[in-house]
Amino acid sequence: MNASEYLETIIFFLVLLAVTKPMGFYMAHVYQGERTVLSFVLAPCEKVIYRISGVTPEDEMDWKRYALSMVLFNLVLFGGLFTLLMTQHLLPLNPQKVPPFTWQLALNTAVSFVTNTNWQAYAGEQAASYFTQMVGLAVHNFVSAATGMAILIALIRGFIRRKTSDLGNFWVDMTRGTLYILLPISLIAAIFLVSQGVIQNVGAYKTVPLIQSTNYDKPKLDGNGAPLKDAKGTPVTENVLVTEVTIPMGPVASQEAIKELGTNGGGFFNANSAHPYENPTPLTNFVEILLILLIPAGLTSTFGVMVGNTRQGWGMLAAMLFLLVLAFGALQWAESAGNPLVAKLGVTGVNREGKDIRFGLAGSSLFTVGTTGTSCGAINTMHDSLTPLGGMVPLSLILTGEVVFGGVGSGLYTMLAFAVIAVFVSGLMIGRTPEYLGKKVEVREMWMSILVILTAGVTVLVLSSIAMITPAAVASMANPGAHGLSEVLYAIASMANNNGSAFAGLNANVNFYNLSGFLAMTLGRYVPAVAILAMAGSLAEKKYVPPSLGTLPTDRAPFVIWLVLVIVIIGALTFFPALALGPIVEHLTMGGN
Amino acid sequence: MTKQTQQPQSVFNGDLLKAAVIDSLRKLDPRTLWRNPVMLCVEIASLITVVTFAMSLTGANTEPAWFTGAVSLWLWLTVLFSTFAEALAEGRGKARAASLRKSRTDVTAKLLGTPEFTSSFTTVGASQLRKNDLILVEANEMIAGDGDVVAGAALVNESAVTGESAPVIRESGGDRSAVTGGTTVISSSIIIRITANPGETFLDKMIGLIEGAKRRKTPNEVALEVLLIALTVVFLLVCANISPLSIFSVTAAGHGTPVSLTILVALFVCLAPTTIAALLPAIGIAGMDRLFQKNVIALSGRAIEAAGDVNVLLLDKTGTITYGNREAVAFVPVGGHSERDVAEAALMASLADETPEGRSVVLLAQRKYDLVREISTTAELVEFSAETRLSGINTDGIRYRKGASDSIVAFVKKQEGGHIPRDLEQVVDKIARGGATPLVVCKDGDVYGVINLKDIVKSGIQERFLQLRSMGIKTVMITGDNPLTAAAIAAEAQVDDFLAQAKPEEKLRLIREYQEAGYMVAMTGDGTNDAPALAQADVAVAMNTGTQPAREAANIIDLDSNPTKLLDIVEVGKQILMTRGNLTTFSISNDIAKYFAIIPAALLSIYPQLGVLNVMHLASPFSAILSAVIFNAIIIPMLVPLALKGTKFRPMPAEKLLIHNLLIYGLGGIIAPFVGIKIIDMVIGLMV
Repeated sequence: MNASEYLETIIFFLVLLAVTKPMGFYMAHVYQGERTVLSFVLAPCEKVIYRISGVTPEDEMDWKRYALSMVLFNLVLFGGLFTLLMTQHLLPLNPQKVPPFTWQLALNTAVSFVTNTNWQAYAGEQAASYFTQMVGLAVHNFVSAATGMAILIALIRGFIRRKTSDLGNFWVDMTRGTLYILLPISLIAAIFLVSQGVIQNVGAYKTVPLIQSTNYDKPKLDGNGAPLKDAKGTPVTENVLVTEVTIPMGPVASQEAIKELGTNGGGFFNANSAHPYENPTPLTNFVEILLILLIPAGLTSTFGVMVGNTRQGWGMLAAMLFLLVLAFGALQWAESAGNPLVAKLGVTGVNREGKDIRFGLAGSSLFTVGTTGTSCGAINTMHDSLTPLGGMVPLSLILTGEVVFGGVGSGLYTMLAFAVIAVFVSGLMIGRTPEYLGKKVEVREMWMSILVILTAGVTVLVLSSIAMITPAAVASMANPGAHGLSEVLYAIASMANNNGSAFAGLNANVNFYNLSGFLAMTLGRYVPAVAILAMAGSLAEKKYVPPSLGTLPTDRAPFVIWLVLVIVIIGALTFFPALALGPIVEHLTMGGN
Repeated sequence: MTKQTQQPQSVFNGDLLKAAVIDSLRKLDPRTLWRNPVMLCVEIASLITVVTFAMSLTGANTEPAWFTGAVSLWLWLTVLFSTFAEALAEGRGKARAASLRKSRTDVTAKLLGTPEFTSSFTTVGASQLRKNDLILVEANEMIAGDGDVVAGAALVNESAVTGESAPVIRESGGDRSAVTGGTTVISSSIIIRITANPGETFLDKMIGLIEGAKRRKTPNEVALEVLLIALTVVFLLVCANISPLSIFSVTAAGHGTPVSLTILVALFVCLAPTTIAALLPAIGIAGMDRLFQKNVIALSGRAIEAAGDVNVLLLDKTGTITYGNREAVAFVPVGGHSERDVAEAALMASLADETPEGRSVVLLAQRKYDLVREISTTAELVEFSAETRLSGINTDGIRYRKGASDSIVAFVKKQEGGHIPRDLEQVVDKIARGGATPLVVCKDGDVYGVINLKDIVKSGIQERFLQLRSMGIKTVMITGDNPLTAAAIAAEAQVDDFLAQAKPEEKLRLIREYQEAGYMVAMTGDGTNDAPALAQADVAVAMNTGTQPAREAANIIDLDSNPTKLLDIVEVGKQILMTRGNLTTFSISNDIAKYFAIIPAALLSIYPQLGVLNVMHLASPFSAILSAVIFNAIIIPMLVPLALKGTKFRPMPAEKLLIHNLLIYGLGGIIAPFVGIKIIDMVIGLMV
């Protein structure tokens, strides 16, 4: 890493820290129904929305009603998107005349966007019409993000409220989150992106001749779209000559902004944020990484403000930031070391495969850890092309349950579930019935926290076991051996943890991955979400225990370090064997040990 | 006073060990073991290895029989060590319960129709007694059931229950009316109203509790078990996951064998939190037993754990913070008299006073001025009366009196030539403001001075309160004294707060207020008027000498009737939680080393490169796996003494305590198995 890359990284983290507090305070005001700078325009809009939809803002819900509203709302959205994907050929704004999705792919894609995963087993520019992108996918980018934030806010209310079953009103939280937070920032970000060269139109794709014709080896696919392999297991290719190129168009900027801001990650184009129309310059790259982390970082501060102790928020931020910096350092180190197989050919230095020169090593690494630490899943780097240990970094960030900032709302609520577990064990170690933020941690909180932190991990273990002994699943791997294992593990982990980024190198548009992915994404989103609301309900009913000298402070370094250890140890113990058989053995093999 | 203290029995007492071994085998029954789901899983795992061992013997399994056999043996030992730990913890209680049961041998009772000593009785068996029956108990008879004395007074030997051989007085009315079944009347006769049906008596409850028969898991224990079960399920899936991953890897690498069932099962048992799961029941039982050794009966495990959470302690002043009686500490002269004169006058006025206060005046005079006086035969004793509120002596025509300031002033003013020194009021006020009681002494019409009668704060009590404060526990003194006196004593004893002129309803209100603010409140009490407050408190300790209502309202009973026991109870409560937490952390930290032992060994045939993960340089894959299994098993009996005695408790702030325990049990838990497994591997190397 050279000096300018150091500088870029340091400036990035300084800017992130600088925006955390104002962002957090603003969001706290929004969710507490207080007046904000935008109220003069948005408050009347908010009132109109409530009047039209018949929502009484003062109508408080208990956890069951809150959860039921959330689930039903998501179910309706899912149904709508599924129908849209199956009928997009009949709908307007389809200049390329793209056909409808298959039902398996539609099922997978619909749940993927509703759950804020944005796993894409299709290429956006080839499979989705403009109407699908704008009315279907973009809308879900907003509401799935707002849903995650609403659940977090309900949990925070559970911590701060006493002896009540009221957790707020789901519809109000959804409206405020979308109206005051997601829409204004997306609007500004989209305008900025357009200024940098991101396109925004609904015109037909343009075909232009190449200045210099070229050729490449194209992998042959079988009838199912899986790569054909010869007897040795290497893919069969054919040489193709290219003289002209089709350049896809579309309303990209508007979608790009919310894609990052809502930690959605579903790219307009297949190349996602590596595509110059999505992410043209190092500056847009910087801004896009910032957008990914903006709300998750800000929410830690919102949490601190709402529980009445900003240090609690900073503690959470410190734990997340520590893991992010650690992951960034590990990735930088692994990629800087380069590829020993390439080094044997006399080319030493940074592993440049799969990286865009315009972003540089730091710009690529920062985006990679940012997008996998949060549940965004947008990419500007081919994760499949990272060195084995480098690839293990995003994989590990996903496998630890998306808590290194994590998805909007979902990251912090998962982190708080980890905190409950950490508080429980440390509470026992100091000889007290554990309490967190003045609320006692009892059997119910333990059950719910465990459901939150282990659902995704259990799903990954079960589905990866099935995949490894399912021929159709194994056949989708582009690479044999340990690397193929990593590809499958990554794909399942990405879906179960609602990340949505792809390791690539795996043909995911087959029934096995479409359907198991549907299951993984559904379980990975709704089991924790409902468990969090149940825990919020249980916490809100409890009385407040004032802190004393015997209470373990959770806003100081020892607890934060313990929390980080709990996260790392639970993650490592769950996935050590799988990682040993994937990236670790691949690394050892590459090094020629 | 002789006392059969409950001797703390050695953990490895021969008879107890033998009984525990037999009991631990009985506990292998899955119908018993299901209460400990983690260990039930280990038992199932052990059964599976028996099958793989049998297959090794017949050649159906290619693994050597010595390996599968040894793994199976050690897995069975793992389960056995766990049941043994529980049996050992129960064993101590059982021995004690047996001795209690002896005192409950079927006795007969004399059933009365009316509560009069003269009425006729019918003899019935103790098992036929019901609530509200009236029985007559005469000297040298055993009391047939729990009850209240409704008529008479008697000396009762309660050693069967309390271990205290000095008899106690039990009489009708007042705070000493409760009697316990199984105790013996030594002298006189009493009539008792039975308050508990057979099987529900105090002794029955005690036996049940000690035996652990009715032991229910505490909420905290259940919450921990949730965590342990969840971890077990995850590790089960992790091990199940290795099988397909290794099958795929064998195909990909083109050589090697998939990980065998024996190794997967061994890995599962090593990863599952067996150490804490094995010792969990023992920790709770041993905690109750430790309290029993301190002569405290907790009526539920929940009460002890609640004690660990207490953050407000309500303590009765008298007997807890101060010695029961006030004591003379100084003679202050007034009106130009010397201190020695005051001492002499006070001594004379107190000669006939047999109260502890009176005797302390005599002692002080002797100590300070070597004054000794006898009561002359002609002396006329003046006892304290409600009208005069004075006491003293008339000897050789001189009247010595002592009493409250206003009483003496009234007495002196009636005398000829009596006058009140101008400095008296000032001296009296000064003593009162200091929290002590001023007693004025006069010789006829001459006021000599003032005795400073003080509540003596128990030595060392300030240190205990300091410890409590560092643990985050607030102490509140409850007293009937006026606020001035209370404030002075509170300051001296260094309690955090006090409630003066406390009436029962005010105690109740205070507890409610604290609870409303989220505090956990503990209190001690013995009188009937304490019962409502006891029932309201989260941790209520009743003195065994207390009344039946007080004992019923409490959830902990102190057989020694020593109010400072609360501090011990808090300590044991904390110890139980800490031992659980520390062993959980230790158990999970151990997994890191076990992975490094087993994973390279299990996958070596597929990927020899993974040999670099064998950081301990264990001799062979088989001995690596076996070493991990053996370590996992023998760590259980090695930690049994810790589980039974509890983690050492140190009063210190929460954060320091956490760091301290994390370094020992977390870091230690990571390092210990690396060393242990390596040593076991070397031993196996020597044997093979």
